[in-house]
Amino acid sequence: MSKSILYLVRRLCFYLIAGFAALTLNFVIPRLMPGDPASIIFARFRGKLKPETIDAMRQSFGLTDEPLLMQYWSYIKGILSGNLGTSIAYFPEPVSEIISSGLFWTIFLAGLSLIIAFSLGTLLGIFIAWNRTGKLDTFLPPVLAFLGAFPYFWLAMLILYIFGFSLNWFPLSHAYGNEVTPGLNLPYIFSVLYHASLPALTMVFVSLGGWLLSMRNTMISTLGADYITFANAKGISSRLIMLRYAARNAILPNLTGFGMALGFVLSGALLTEIIFSYPGQGYLLLQAVKAQDFPLMQGIFMTITFAVLAANWLVDIAILVFDPRTRK
Amino acid sequence: MNSRTQNSNIFRRWFDGILSNKKALIGTYIILFFIFIAIIGPFFIQSPTEFLGTPLTPPSTKNLFGTNGQGQDVFAQTISGARQTLFVGFTTGILVVIIGALIGGIAGFYGGRIDDILSLIINIFLVMPGLPLMVILASWLPPGPGTLLGVLVLTGWAWNARVIRSQMMTFRNRDFVSAAIVSGEKNIRIILVEIMPRMLSLLASSFIGASIYAIGAQVGLEFLGLGDISTVTWGTNLYWASNDLALLTESWWTFVPTGLSIALVSFSLTLINFGIDEVTNPRLISERLWREKIPRNLIKDGVTPVLKNNE
Repeated sequence: MSKSILYLVRRLCFYLIAGFAALTLNFVIPRLMPGDPASIIFARFRGKLKPETIDAMRQSFGLTDEPLLMQYWSYIKGILSGNLGTSIAYFPEPVSEIISSGLFWTIFLAGLSLIIAFSLGTLLGIFIAWNRTGKLDTFLPPVLAFLGAFPYFWLAMLILYIFGFSLNWFPLSHAYGNEVTPGLNLPYIFSVLYHASLPALTMVFVSLGGWLLSMRNTMISTLGADYITFANAKGISSRLIMLRYAARNAILPNLTGFGMALGFVLSGALLTEIIFSYPGQGYLLLQAVKAQDFPLMQGIFMTITFAVLAANWLVDIAILVFDPRTRK
Repeated sequence: MNSRTQNSNIFRRWFDGILSNKKALIGTYIILFFIFIAIIGPFFIQSPTEFLGTPLTPPSTKNLFGTNGQGQDVFAQTISGARQTLFVGFTTGILVVIIGALIGGIAGFYGGRIDDILSLIINIFLVMPGLPLMVILASWLPPGPGTLLGVLVLTGWAWNARVIRSQMMTFRNRDFVSAAIVSGEKNIRIILVEIMPRMLSLLASSFIGASIYAIGAQVGLEFLGLGDISTVTWGTNLYWASNDLALLTESWWTFVPTGLSIALVSFSLTLINFGIDEVTNPRLISERLWREKIPRNLIKDGVTPVLKNNE
């Protein structure tokens, strides 16, 4: 028991260090750029900004005349109290409020499609590794690998074009319809799922192949292990060998990969949101890039990074449950 | 044996092995086709930025892939977009492997405190989400291929470093490395001349993986408008397609050719990586061998059968 707590604490320490590194990067990047960030922004907007906006920006970057170390200190203090600065595009709204309005949708959409893709890919991987002379094993991996070769946002465009614009089966944008009232009622939940189905389908399509292939390959090598042969010789039912003996061990690398892939999948989710005008972080990111809203961009970077770190810690807990070596 | 001739043998055997694999061969053909087009294609087509007249005309004999929202020829744009996209993609691939081999190699070879520090840095870069970091970096820098390259390398090196590090750790304890150390070879020479050639498959598949990543991420960044939108690349093609409301105007031809090209390139690279894996991964080799040895009608699914050694 104590070893598992030690493991979780060690991982937590790592995530704290990683989060701290992200904070520091966020602080350093604007200051590393040639010239002073505020004047870069000022030049880019060619005087279109009001003086008070520029002052607010200097404030949100902590660009005061204080020495660098003091600037860093007040920056960290600001972040820890939830202050991410003031947005330029939505001036004078604070960045933290804009981001929190979209955070739920990103976590909902990305989480939903990740869980679907991971469970479906892993199950299919187990199945086709077990039936590896079957038609499915020759057919599925290359097809899914081809789907996985498409950029997320491009497949999103194609799917939206076919099922949204041409066939009119699905809504073209937003997270729920105008006619429903948000809250715990059935029409609203139905509308949310209906609106999420196309973007989620896109992400499942692109990422399914990766989970399936890695599960299939570890499963095949596990099936060659001695303890499996022995279990077979003992006459244990093949269902039991497939699921409890082989798959249970083969899933460990996939779980570790799950944590690693989180950031990557989330990046794809951001781009997918843009195509479907889904009101999450990706959509905000596009607005921020278009308006050169640096505080908003950096706020999104921080939020997404912390979300990924937290999710990774949850994956660590899952590994703790599945892998007895971390518990002993 | 002289280590140079020995190494060139490794290369030869390796290439022969890879090219005997069907998947890798198909992938190689497709990718060579695209590289060929990227190099000589732009000399044979009309200017991709020339205004031809009516925007958004569907494909016809005059404009093979139709025209885009700016009244430019989509076919010409697809061909000339290949050049910069592939160039940035493969250059990033090379740089990422070099940096990954250097950092991962040093961490794996020396171990101890050096490894602790380098691993920490590698892991931090691995867990940070790529796209938002690329966006904040690219938005501060002037748009162009140089910015793309730098941003892609900075966010992409860690994965390779991690893989190469663990491979290096297994080599570190092999006899030939101990022999080289005892015979007084310099560490850097052992890493570069003795060990790296034996990691050829890993380095090659790292390069291919990094190139796939670089092409995808690059297109994504340019799609967001963070590339140089005055140049013609696959990413800016898609940027303009979405900016000119390709979906609303139902002009599928403005984004389908570019997207299919990107997918074909990534897919062919993936195929090559599958091929490398099948030829060099011992587990997949043994899987193939037993399938060859057992008559087809005897093969049953499920648990891997056991063969006697002398069979």
